[in-house]
Amino acid sequence: MLLLLLGIIVLHIAALVLLFVSTIVSAWSVGREYTSDLWTNCSSSASGYHCETAFTGEWIQAVQAPMILSIIFSFISLFLFFCQLFTLQKGGRFFLTGVFQILASLFVMSGAIIYTVMSPTWVPQSESYGFAYILAWVAFPLALISGLIYIILRKRE
Amino acid sequence: MRKIERGGSSLRQRGVVGYKPLDCELLFWLTLKSISSTSSLTSSCNRGSTGRMLTLLALTSVVILGIVPQTQAIVVYTGWERHALVGSDIRLSCSFFSWRWTSPDVSFSWSYRPDGARDSIAIFHYANGEAYVAKKSPFWDRLEFVGNPSRRDGSIVIKNLDFSDNGTFTCDAKNPPDIGGSASSVRLLVFENVPIQAGVITGAIIGAVLGLLVLIVVIYYLMRFLVARRVFSLSVSKHGKKGKGKEGSQQRQAPALSAEQAKLKAAASEKKKQESRKDKK
Repeated sequence: MLLLLLGIIVLHIAALVLLFVSTIVSAWSVGREYTSDLWTNCSSSASGYHCETAFTGEWIQAVQAPMILSIIFSFISLFLFFCQLFTLQKGGRFFLTGVFQILASLFVMSGAIIYTVMSPTWVPQSESYGFAYILAWVAFPLALISGLIYIILRKRE
Repeated sequence: MRKIERGGSSLRQRGVVGYKPLDCELLFWLTLKSISSTSSLTSSCNRGSTGRMLTLLALTSVVILGIVPQTQAIVVYTGWERHALVGSDIRLSCSFFSWRWTSPDVSFSWSYRPDGARDSIAIFHYANGEAYVAKKSPFWDRLEFVGNPSRRDGSIVIKNLDFSDNGTFTCDAKNPPDIGGSASSVRLLVFENVPIQAGVITGAIIGAVLGLLVLIVVIYYLMRFLVARRVFSLSVSKHGKKGKGKEGSQQRQAPALSAEQAKLKAAASEKKKQESRKDKK
């Protein structure tokens, strides 16, 4: 029983950490001397390495927002899990926790989809997707599975 | 530097007749005197250890604050970045902070480094009450000095902007004898149409979703509260109508009340499920 609880918490925290790393690290698309992410475009040219805030317009902000929202919802879901762990009656389901976690996964999915669709317009063809972008796609099924487990799980004493 | 040592040693001697302290030190010297006088008062009330502590604290603060202003340099403030439309005018503001009074010899210097260039060229200089615009700069006929040097403002206005005006403007202010310190730069970006500021849409989306969440939670609790109140008022009215035989009516009320409560719980959980389903969509 304790093992199951620990496993679920570890899964949840793993999804949360992936979301954090994916949102913060500057590696959504990498080129030879150019990395960019949701927040800045960094380029290392002859005059050194300098970063400037991404000016690619409205769509990048439409990706920033779901990523941040997914982090917030995942946090809220973790908090609700601990709340419900101590206040739910026997046999009750962690419905609210699961709903918030699934919402977080949906936000990550929408953010990653928008980035994929809009990237031909603001990322040159020579660049490839960085690991932070891949982490976002990995975090989505993890969060989804975690949320579904919460919905199916029943509280035992 | 000689001035500072004289001030410090005088303070150590504690009140030398004929010594004229520097401008900031005078104020702190007076506060020290007042604090030491109050500390002697408090020493009469309690053992005097607090008085001694206060005096020591005041003395150290005076020494520190007396020395620090003399070594602090001038601090220049400009903006960080300015956005403007093609063809419009822009005001580049520059002001400074200095421990000294504003001297009549205050001077402002503006220089400009285009985007991608390595060197900066001087475009404007103000000194001795006269404003000078560099003849060879790209702004010689478009620049106007709108600052007020006596109020420490050295702003300039550049008219009729163009895309070639993208670059970094550096303001350097000097307030003799306070001439140390570093200049400050403001970056100018010229656009065809002003873009939406970074973060506005992000903030709007996040705010909207979180607001929706809060609204749903509030509505849920409100509905629960209202339904509970309606049930309560219904049961009270029933109780009021059948006034005879309190216990008999109570016995009849108790199962009715629990039935109402069960109905209420069912209704609440139904609503919760419905709202969560709506939330998912």
